[in-house]
Amino acid sequence: MNPTTQSRVAMIFKLAVLAGVIAFPVFGSAFYTEMVAKVLVLAIFAMSLDLLVGFTGLVSLGHAAYFGIAAYAVALATPKYDPANLWVVFPLAVLAAALAAFFIGLFVLRTKGIYFIMVTLAFAQMAYYIFHDTPLGGGSDGIYVNFKPDATIAGWTPFDLNEPLQLYYIVVLALVAVFAFLSLVLRSPFGRVLVGIRSNEHRMQSLGYATFRYKLAAFTLAGALAGVAGFLYAVLFGFVTPEYLSWHQSGNVLMMVILGGMGNLGGAVLGAFAFIGLQELFSDWTKHWQLLMGGVIVAAVLFMPGGLSALPRRILKVVNGERGNG
Amino acid sequence: MAEADTVIQMAGAAPVTGEAMLVAERLTRRFGGLAANQDVCLTLERGKLHALLGPNGAGKSTCINMLSGDLPPSEGRILLGGKDITGLGAAQRSRIGIGRSYQRTNIFPQFSVLENCRLAAQSRNPRPWKLFTDAMHLFDTLERARAAILEAGLGGREERIAGTMSHGEQRQLEIAMVLATDARVLLLDEPLAGMGSDESAQMVELLRGLKENRAILLVEHDMDAVFAVADTITVMVNGVVLESGPPEQIRNSADVQTAYLGDGHV
Repeated sequence: MNPTTQSRVAMIFKLAVLAGVIAFPVFGSAFYTEMVAKVLVLAIFAMSLDLLVGFTGLVSLGHAAYFGIAAYAVALATPKYDPANLWVVFPLAVLAAALAAFFIGLFVLRTKGIYFIMVTLAFAQMAYYIFHDTPLGGGSDGIYVNFKPDATIAGWTPFDLNEPLQLYYIVVLALVAVFAFLSLVLRSPFGRVLVGIRSNEHRMQSLGYATFRYKLAAFTLAGALAGVAGFLYAVLFGFVTPEYLSWHQSGNVLMMVILGGMGNLGGAVLGAFAFIGLQELFSDWTKHWQLLMGGVIVAAVLFMPGGLSALPRRILKVVNGERGNG
Repeated sequence: MAEADTVIQMAGAAPVTGEAMLVAERLTRRFGGLAANQDVCLTLERGKLHALLGPNGAGKSTCINMLSGDLPPSEGRILLGGKDITGLGAAQRSRIGIGRSYQRTNIFPQFSVLENCRLAAQSRNPRPWKLFTDAMHLFDTLERARAAILEAGLGGREERIAGTMSHGEQRQLEIAMVLATDARVLLLDEPLAGMGSDESAQMVELLRGLKENRAILLVEHDMDAVFAVADTITVMVNGVVLESGPPEQIRNSADVQTAYLGDGHV
């Protein structure tokens, strides 16, 4: 298969997955439909992290902070006995996440390598304790979002988030939108610079690029998109807890990216499906599911470089090689 | 400026005959107590190739690092077209027309030759806010990248993955990337390092062609190449300029011969 055929097959695969996701509520129960919606939201979260880890070479171990900040923004902006307006609360949540990422980025992007990993984690832990231990966040129990945001605009209500099916399709739409947006960004001049920074930041500087600004823009954008995911997560489940900002959450999303294959948007989506799927499977068997998950991740890193998204090409190579020998 | 000129003369720099583009005035760089460069003066002129010679540890790399902005000088000034640019970093210097190639090949190995040069060319007009424009549709950038590839002698190899090319080709790509930035001043750090004799001859031809309209500083170990292309040679030893002048003067200098060429090389 030549590269054009390969990318065509990949395109057909993506469209098939999308068709499956769109058709799912017709066949699946309400329980599983909600679980797929959860996976799709986490897929948005994973894609936002992949922009940093896979495309810019910035391994952040604190990405849950922006996810959680947006989720808390929804909870805090929703009145006790009324729904908040979607067109206010959605931009507010995303903006809160983006602002947090911008200011944290100003500090953490001055470090590199292992230090970057540690400082992103440290800032995320600070955010975690702000919501865990101050009156703002409602402690370890978190806050209930009693009413899902109201989409009414100028007296017209285009959709109702209280309807599970409508909410599900809004999540699908968000996933497609974020995927398309990032695909466009990555082939733009800006996206090319990010990939150049991942490959050789020093050379980018000597070519005249102010790489810090590009990294800050990428960090802010990734934070905003994590905010989109955090917003949807809070709306989907109707409550927020400090666990959304915990380092487990940051670690989980990083594992999704690695499992799916870094530097591949489709891979991030695939990774989210694989991670949650395995989590469900293993926790059915044993309460020590994390032990099994850890084993899978180690095996994936050792035997599956490039993650799930690189698997077809590797299999193809083996098949072609055998044909060559025979 | 008059004062600056006398300073240059005092330090014994080669006489300036053409249009000075990049001027280094008494550059000094200390690492702890060690002066890696002490009062180094250089002038790069348009249309001329200025070679920097010296044994290992003479301070050539420190010097080129200060000129490119990779390393701030402890003392001294750097002027581009008469303007003081000492405080500018590497990225800013690149944007005002100072391009640098590296001794150890410093490219984007996973990218194609075209993408390497396209990124270099894009730095002149980055347009990062055009988030929904395909970078491959910025035709002014593509054109500049292709022109640089041709000038560096890599025509027909645009789609090759840089890391899979021969060492000599990667050195050519290194130069092509500098050219794609439209640099008027080229700082070339041992472009012939590790090259075979055929590749070297090709590179010397390339260097000759690049002089036109540009000012070049060439740090190089290959004597034959240096004497073949240089208009001016500065010899450094132990962080100071030992002698600076036209190739004949350097070839016949007793000081240079004892300090550097005394091994029967010339």
